[in-house]
Amino acid sequence: MDLGNLASLKHFIPEMILVAGVLAIVLIDLAVRDKSRLGALALIAAAASLLAIGLAPALPGAWLFHRMLVFDSFAIYFRTLIALAAVVAIWMSIGSEEVKNCDQGEYYAILLASTFAMFLMAESANLLMAYLALEFVSLTSYILTGFLRHNRRSLEAALKYLIYGGVASGTMIYGMSWIFGITGSLDFNVINKALSTPGHLPVLAVFIALVLILTGMGYKVASAPFHMWAPDVYTGAPIPITTFLAVGSKAAGFALLTRFFFPAISHLAAGGSWTALAGVDWPQLLLFICMITMTLGNLAALQQTNMKRLLAYSSIAQAGYALMGFVVLSNDGIRAMLFYLFAYYVMDAGAFVVVMIVANSTGREDVDAYRGLAWRGGIVPALALTIFLFSLTGIPLTVGFIGKFYLFAAVIRGQFYILAIVGILNSVVSLYYYLKPIQMMFFEQPRGDEGTVRFEAWNYGLMGVLACATIVFGLYWSPIISFANRSLSFFTGPT
Amino acid sequence: MGGGITLNHFLVLSLIIFSLGLFTVLTRRNAIGILMGVELILNSANINYLAFAFYGGGKYDGQIFAIFVIMLAAAEAVIGLAVVLAIYQNFKTIDVDAAETLRG
Repeated sequence: MDLGNLASLKHFIPEMILVAGVLAIVLIDLAVRDKSRLGALALIAAAASLLAIGLAPALPGAWLFHRMLVFDSFAIYFRTLIALAAVVAIWMSIGSEEVKNCDQGEYYAILLASTFAMFLMAESANLLMAYLALEFVSLTSYILTGFLRHNRRSLEAALKYLIYGGVASGTMIYGMSWIFGITGSLDFNVINKALSTPGHLPVLAVFIALVLILTGMGYKVASAPFHMWAPDVYTGAPIPITTFLAVGSKAAGFALLTRFFFPAISHLAAGGSWTALAGVDWPQLLLFICMITMTLGNLAALQQTNMKRLLAYSSIAQAGYALMGFVVLSNDGIRAMLFYLFAYYVMDAGAFVVVMIVANSTGREDVDAYRGLAWRGGIVPALALTIFLFSLTGIPLTVGFIGKFYLFAAVIRGQFYILAIVGILNSVVSLYYYLKPIQMMFFEQPRGDEGTVRFEAWNYGLMGVLACATIVFGLYWSPIISFANRSLSFFTGPT
Repeated sequence: MGGGITLNHFLVLSLIIFSLGLFTVLTRRNAIGILMGVELILNSANINYLAFAFYGGGKYDGQIFAIFVIMLAAAEAVIGLAVVLAIYQNFKTIDVDAAETLRG
């Protein structure tokens, strides 16, 4: 179905709710003197959007707004994931000491706008739309990163993010212009048809264009060699924003990456495996990128002394794991990747919530601030952080283990044995730095200068929910995997 | 069509501008200089879009893309300069090496 502007609107309700939320916050911010309720309004908008995604009637798939966006079950999965990330980020913002003194109206309006942009990224069906959505996410992220206007680290992070982002997206549109020149179209579906027409395909030009495009999309998921911004930005940004970038922005990046590299330039063969364009060897390139990403992330994380920075490198490594599902070129792999992104959302957001709880009370983010955390009033956060870090390592009984299990199963079924070995070695290495904070919290005595961790019902609630989800989905994961399974269909035109 | 100027001329021109932009970004240490390099990269892509649209025959996709790129470049410059201004107020410099506290 190719829907026009008005007919598209009924499939666009979750996005419209977010936009309405943005407008409402901007207007109320002007009208009222007490800004403390704006966060709650943003939370309601994000939750309502999530609800609207869940209540929307099932549809085989359609193009919206004259083939600018595509609405299919794959988009629903990522909309859900991104909306969940937004809910967590807003919840954390309300409970954060850092953003309490910022301009509340602008902060929540931009956060919701960013969520809206990520939705668009996951639904793009056109290179122009993909670029606009990606840049929309980037611009809002720069502002949110530098939101602590008098904090040097926050500003420096924003500047670095801006420079890397500008170069990456510029390089990406340069690559897109070549694809446009070769195929004569910006529409993913037309590009696919043009590229698969046998004949004079300029293989080298297509390959270079894809590498250039990968720069922009790889930068969004923070894969090597475009990961350099991530540690600095994650460290400098306010913790709720770090969480939002780590789970939301990364999920949106993966959505766009998958949508471009699978339905737009590859073909689905029988048995759920994808074939790349003949002669254009991007899967091999991505295989290397995937292995380098996880190795680099894990090795760099080993020597970190700041928790946010440690989690930043860990999230780079986690992106590498998720890419494992990408490079095997099969629906098995994509399903494993979808599941892993959900698992990553639960455990990584949880870890950042604990970091925020500790930072709220002590004002510190370094690993030393966790010394003897369990023995100075923080036994609950210490236990929760242990669960999240175990899950990030991939220890059984957690959702992270199930995610890794599906990934490695897909990799071995695709006979990528070297990749499997590299992945397992990486998991072993990661055990060291994930265990370090745990050892610090339980087996070291507090020195007395760390301060106590106070009880905050609001943040403890979120932490509890995420910790329970980590365990529950580690034991009973079939709802998520069947959701991922349903989300494997890409709409590529009426059949 | 202009006398003797073909699509290749435009592609080579845009490649040169793209390389210059990338070179600027990699070598400049001044934040504004880097942002100017980014602008060069964006404009090299614009030349490509317009050239492909012109020689590709009658499609407006390329022109529209270029217009959007120009608009977004302006938006990015606004945010970029705002950040640079805030950096200047805090660090008293806009040298990206001097404004470096995050490392490792």
